[in-house]
Amino acid sequence: MSATSQGAGPRPLTITLDGRPFAGTEGQTIAGMLLAARRRSWRTTSVESAPRGVFCGIGVCFDCLVTVNGSRDVRACLRRAADGDVVETQHDPLPGVTS
Amino acid sequence: MTVDVVVVGAGIVGAACARALARRGLAVTVLDRRGAASGTTAHGEGNLLVSDKEPGPELVLAQHAARRWPSLVAELEDELGSDRHGFPPLEYDPKGGLVAATTAAGAQPLRDFAARQRGAGVDAREIDVAHALELEPALNPALTAAVWYPEDAQVQPVAAAEALLASARRAGATVRPGVEVVGALRDGERLVGVRTSDGDIPAAAVVLAAGPWSGVVAARLGVGLPVRPRRGMVLVTTRMPHVVRHKVYDGDYVGATQSGDAALQTSSVVESTAAGTVLIGSSREQVGFDDRLRVAVLREMAARAVRLFPFLADASVMRTYLGFRPYVPDHLPIVGPDPRTPGLWVATGHEGAGIGLGPVSGELLADLFTGAEPATDPAPFRVDRPAVLDAALDEPHPSESTPSENTPSENTGEAS
Amino acid sequence: MSRRTVVVVGAGPAGLSAARAAARAGADVTLLDASDQVGGQFWRHRALPGGGTAPDEPTFHHGWGTFTALRDVVATHPRVTLLTSAQVWALERLDAGVRLRVLVGPADGAGREHLTLTPDALVLATGAHDRTLPFPGWQLPGVTTAGAAQALAKAERVAVGDRVVVAGAGPFLLPVASSLLRTGARVLSVHEAATPASMARGWGARPAGLLGAAHKAGELGGYVGTLARHRVAYRLGEAVVAARGDGRVEEVTVARVDARWSPVPGTERTVAADAVCVSHGFTPRLELAVAAACAISPDRFVVVDDEQRTSAAGVWAAGELTGIGGAEAALAEGWVAGHHAASGAPDDAGLARAARRRARSADFARRLDAAHGIRGGWTSWLRDDTLVCRCEEVDAGTLRAAACATGSADLRSVRLTSRAGLGPCQARICGRTVAELVGATEPAPGGDTGSAPAVPDRRPLVVPVRLGDLATLPDVPAADAP
Repeated sequence: MSATSQGAGPRPLTITLDGRPFAGTEGQTIAGMLLAARRRSWRTTSVESAPRGVFCGIGVCFDCLVTVNGSRDVRACLRRAADGDVVETQHDPLPGVTS
Repeated sequence: MTVDVVVVGAGIVGAACARALARRGLAVTVLDRRGAASGTTAHGEGNLLVSDKEPGPELVLAQHAARRWPSLVAELEDELGSDRHGFPPLEYDPKGGLVAATTAAGAQPLRDFAARQRGAGVDAREIDVAHALELEPALNPALTAAVWYPEDAQVQPVAAAEALLASARRAGATVRPGVEVVGALRDGERLVGVRTSDGDIPAAAVVLAAGPWSGVVAARLGVGLPVRPRRGMVLVTTRMPHVVRHKVYDGDYVGATQSGDAALQTSSVVESTAAGTVLIGSSREQVGFDDRLRVAVLREMAARAVRLFPFLADASVMRTYLGFRPYVPDHLPIVGPDPRTPGLWVATGHEGAGIGLGPVSGELLADLFTGAEPATDPAPFRVDRPAVLDAALDEPHPSESTPSENTPSENTGEAS
Repeated sequence: MSRRTVVVVGAGPAGLSAARAAARAGADVTLLDASDQVGGQFWRHRALPGGGTAPDEPTFHHGWGTFTALRDVVATHPRVTLLTSAQVWALERLDAGVRLRVLVGPADGAGREHLTLTPDALVLATGAHDRTLPFPGWQLPGVTTAGAAQALAKAERVAVGDRVVVAGAGPFLLPVASSLLRTGARVLSVHEAATPASMARGWGARPAGLLGAAHKAGELGGYVGTLARHRVAYRLGEAVVAARGDGRVEEVTVARVDARWSPVPGTERTVAADAVCVSHGFTPRLELAVAAACAISPDRFVVVDDEQRTSAAGVWAAGELTGIGGAEAALAEGWVAGHHAASGAPDDAGLARAARRRARSADFARRLDAAHGIRGGWTSWLRDDTLVCRCEEVDAGTLRAAACATGSADLRSVRLTSRAGLGPCQARICGRTVAELVGATEPAPGGDTGSAPAVPDRRPLVVPVRLGDLATLPDVPAADAP
């Protein structure tokens, strides 16, 4: 393999976040696609209902969790986007203690 | 300086003993080899259950505990405060428990068990599938019998133990973490204190409340006490939508509690916590203090939980922890004086029920200690009952037991 | 007789090198990485169809040629099985050896393929991640670790912002700033908390002697040049002490700090920025090493001997897991670890060369700590309402109150009563900070001691696993059971 070999070029793909389409190319992570589209936050925290997006970028902090095709708790910074992925933001409010 | 009582163990049982004794004016010192609430207390689920108990002395104690917990929580919150920057919340939640049989064979034993419990005064309501699904909409509808136990409750066990200790301190008790008992101070037959890793502590009495390590400490004090570890594991999911509303068990839980079989037993216990996570228990293994992860155990627990709540298949398990329950051959706690050794008192052996039974056990011990009228009959829990004395004959003689062999290195996680 | 089997976990510089050396010594090697590409964080790169390389890729990396050579070896050597997208999620200690539980498939995907491995020898090369100290506003979107900025730039050519402040401590800030510039971001400034005096203590008085290892000096010198060309100020003895914004970072406060990293009153100034990249060092990924019961040093690295052997039988370790030494050291350590894990000959000439290369970097970690190590004064930029645990949103005031109310310096109790560290990251981000803030005793994990309190790096589940995947785990042969 040569150090500068180039394939056919990355194929374009589209995902949706809460129904809104985002365009990118094959090889991008979900977080990368969202950031490239200038979207900075997607998860909403449980205690303060505050926005969160990428923090560590390498799968350590779990701040960037999203639901992908119905499966929750996917780290957007690690998961490569696949064409047609249905991505949803997560917000898990605290339950009330009944006592 | 001589104290009135040294309590060995700062888990919930030791904490409850310390509080009850200190509030009666005794000078109490609590020792723990590690930190407060760092052993069994930190590695369970915080169960306050009547649903899993056969009619008998343990159930009587559990019913007493179920009545006592609400007032105890009120006392502690009143005393310690519970605002945001005050004492951490105890998360006491009388949410009730739902036991579901998932097999045809399991249905009748569950109904019979519940009927016996009703005879003993437990609020155990047999309900139909529709009612069960009303209580727990996400429950697998393929269940064969269901019983609703409104008296079951939950608490955050470490916060509860810390609150009891804080209350004990306010009543004058001293808590010394990181101090390990290494031997006895004796005056003839009489125990007059303990030798520790931080010097001798003379005391008029010693209360042994070291949970699954009680047998090890007893040996260091020159006494045989048949308390053994019974390992359990718990899974914790990430925070998720609040779907599981009560404590939900499959019917096998009952059988597992009462069995002495050392082989792996699992039964599903599923519940949400105040933090929005879901706790999934539990397993029972008698493997000594072996703290190595066994994935096969997790698999069994997961399979049972998914059978109970199919939606949990997609839940992310972010943590597992294991702990050791203090197990006595006849499955009853040991609470009271040890007539073989004047000066020695015991409060241990609650197996998986120590969080629920700990506070009333501490009060029972203090009643006996001070000659007050006990709130419940202490006779079934006495140290010199045949089941304990017989099993004690099998305990290694102190000279045969080196502490390090029986001391676990560490546990592999912690509670929710 | 079948060949010795070696599993290498982590395909960064150390793991790649270990896999190559183990194969060279005759073992059957399985190299695992959770990512779908090899290279680790150091050689993280654009993923192109067919495994191609972007034309600008070498400009983002040092030693790219070294990487491609190693990559080609592990991809093609008949005794190396390369498994990417392979996440080790648990390690079980057996009576002899270890068993790894692996899920293979897209990151965090449901229904990934189960894999169970019981190798003769295990090489851990799991690397490290950024350690970022909390400051008011660090939870705002737009505040990232420096590692995040680097990963997004290298792997996707995405800049985390348009107007970026880089801050923290350590030489790693320089390549991060450089990568940001390459992806078109405007880097406003780079703030290094280490004062000129401590920099001199660690690296020597001459600026050119920034690093002891010659290759490092050249590498970092290049970055300094890049910053200068772009007129980016590299300021020593300064820290970002707060970030503010409505729903995202809009401005940061920068202050001078003293030798203990306490902000100097009156030196604060506000900088408008839409991204802040902050890292104060690295912390190793210890989960598997702790699960294997490897001894961990007081400064929380895996203890290894001259052969990179850990205290756990059959387990070797290399790279940042054993001390922050950089890629050159990781390559050399990986070589030594892989060779010995494969029971290679002790008099091997390649081994001797690797050991010499390793020796050249031996001083790096000490110098790094002397120059850039975290100093205790940083806590004075915390406020009561500054989040410490990002997952559970526990602030410094609540944490201190929990420790105070319970009178407990036991880390386990403080965590369980405050919930700090109990969220999905499992204290990876806040664990050490919480321990330092409550003054808790925090012994090294994996050590003996019956009196050890909670161990923040003990995570029997290395990553979250779906309950359905746990439930459908296939049987392992009974002979394998622990």
